[in-house]
Amino acid sequence: MQKFKTTKSIPAYLPIVNIDTDMIIPKQFLKTIKRTGLGKNLFYEMRYNEKGKPIEDFILNTSPFNDSKILIAGKNFGCGSSREHAPWALLDFGITCVISSSYADIFYNNCFKNGILPIVLPEAKIKELSEYSKRKEEIIVNLEKQKITFGNNEIDFEIDQFKKKCLIEGLDDIALSLEKNPKITEFEKKLSSNRPWIFND
Amino acid sequence: MSKTLYDKIWDDHLVHTQDDGTSLLYVDRHLVHEVTSPQAFEGLRNSNRKVRQPNLTLAVADHNVPTSDRSKGISDEESKLQVETLEKNCDEFGIKLFGMNDKRQGIVHIIGPEQGFTQPGSIIVCGDSHTATHGAFGSLAFGIGTSEVEHVLATQTLVQKKSKNFRIKVDGKLSIGVTSKDVILQIIGKIGTAGGTGYVIEYAGSLISSLSVEQRMTICNMTIEGGARAGLIEPDEKIFNYLNGRPMSPKKENWDKALNYWSKLKSDDDANFDKEVTLDGKDIMPMVTWGTSPQDVISIDGRIPNPENEADEDRKNSIERSLKYMGLKPGTAIKDVKIDKVFIGSCTNGRIEDLRDAAKIVKNKKVAQHVYAMVVPGSGLVKQQAEQEGLDKVFKDSGFDWREPGCSMCLAMNADKLKPEERCASTSNRNFEGRQGRGGRTHLVSPGMAAAAAISGSLDDVRKFQN
Ligand code: SF4
Repeated sequence: MQKFKTTKSIPAYLPIVNIDTDMIIPKQFLKTIKRTGLGKNLFYEMRYNEKGKPIEDFILNTSPFNDSKILIAGKNFGCGSSREHAPWALLDFGITCVISSSYADIFYNNCFKNGILPIVLPEAKIKELSEYSKRKEEIIVNLEKQKITFGNNEIDFEIDQFKKKCLIEGLDDIALSLEKNPKITEFEKKLSSNRPWIFND
Repeated sequence: MSKTLYDKIWDDHLVHTQDDGTSLLYVDRHLVHEVTSPQAFEGLRNSNRKVRQPNLTLAVADHNVPTSDRSKGISDEESKLQVETLEKNCDEFGIKLFGMNDKRQGIVHIIGPEQGFTQPGSIIVCGDSHTATHGAFGSLAFGIGTSEVEHVLATQTLVQKKSKNFRIKVDGKLSIGVTSKDVILQIIGKIGTAGGTGYVIEYAGSLISSLSVEQRMTICNMTIEGGARAGLIEPDEKIFNYLNGRPMSPKKENWDKALNYWSKLKSDDDANFDKEVTLDGKDIMPMVTWGTSPQDVISIDGRIPNPENEADEDRKNSIERSLKYMGLKPGTAIKDVKIDKVFIGSCTNGRIEDLRDAAKIVKNKKVAQHVYAMVVPGSGLVKQQAEQEGLDKVFKDSGFDWREPGCSMCLAMNADKLKPEERCASTSNRNFEGRQGRGGRTHLVSPGMAAAAAISGSLDDVRKFQN
């Protein structure tokens, strides 16, 4: 997995609440059998008109936001379908950090599996940060220090320490879990005597 | 210490607790479909890993399959590739698959219970957010992402953080014409789409226990629409009877052992819930959504809300955005809203009881002239059962299209979709922008309400049609 340590970018601000994963990547793009190549279809229905032409004033179609690595969005970001295509599309577009006041659970977890840092901040801070998007000024996100720096200001953010470690080191959590193999095997032994019907085929 | 049902299932699946407070949980049942699995199998291949427990895994193609004549296969190249990829992967990794032409094929959340693969007290996962459906059996069932699908395939476990406990109690009785779909829509309207975030919901109360197994599935199915990953109901005799004799249900002495274990699955009387909400059956009306989020819901007697009455700025903006998308004006009676299409199906309402409910309303009546209406049974077995009961004939006689099983217009990944600005009364679970086709306008309703809308040609009150 791609590591995340720090990123610096002019953030793109999407002031919409409840952005669902259907909006992030509509279903016609879920037919892929790959993880890559979804970036061009990110936010497809907001980004392109019916003829497939880019909608000029949609923020990610305008410079400098077409190069943003940081997305600021309204609350309950990533709700709806569990599709991991949503973080894949963000990542493929170049976004490695999302900032919102809240996320849907599955999306939030999916981010960490793909090297994307989802930051939770209170609404007031989001408003403050979004000014930097409007003024087209860069902000810096430092995961190690758990700090966002913008102008002369700083905001600290909270993050689960294990998730932080995995992002910084780009750890493969399947490998980590496989290290617990003896425990899993032991559990399975117990399971076949306690709840034998589970293996009944 | 007293525990909730969720706590108990959690504890019984704990393989290891890690230093950071997350836990490794054992997964008893893993359902796989074509859309969220190809990258997971690819990941296994790339790192030379195997599927740890192929016999605890069941796969089916449902999202992409055509619901029209299947004899010629899938015409859409990408859909075809995805379905074939699933077949190849299942073959290579030794996973049981219900292929497109298998009679048992259907929507993943309908076939799990139907086959007895879904069992009380188990942990069930699937790369699909509506996995919550299986919670109706008193199992802990939730949706996962593709990386987690790969994790489960490789290790038969998942790393999880414990959620908080949320109990929603619904007491009383359902009024005539009101269904469990209306109950869950009302619940989501009340708690909001993020009201359950961070919680596992237990549905309880006399109304919930009075529901049939299938009606319970409709409630648990839409738990995710309220933000909670899982929703469950204490299993009872109805559940055990439902499971008895299903192809993958425990047999002989295993059945007795299972039954013994299952009967003990309940929250302790004094268990603590972090959050509680109570509803009374007599306050629940036939519901319909007016906006682009399942929480945008009113009763069929209601009127479209006015954003100007909203104090909260975010809420006001989102109502305005929804109304613009939906082409609706504040103050309009929802009952007057004309529709173009009707969709009866999905993992929310594509089971036999749903089809019976709808058939009762349309019997000896005709679909309004300007309306295209379709029924998509949730599985091949549901379809077969419906045909044995003559429901297909009832639907066809009144002008409905009778289709092959699959997800169909619930998410419009196959050819079944709305055109821009087309309005649909739908028994599915999501009314998001573009969900049923770009620019399409979805009103979520119960099967009876969808049937009533088909006949009237506009959203209508199902109670008018009860005789
Ligand atoms: S019917 Fe709809 S909600 Fe259910 S699994 Fe299929 S696409 Fe998902």
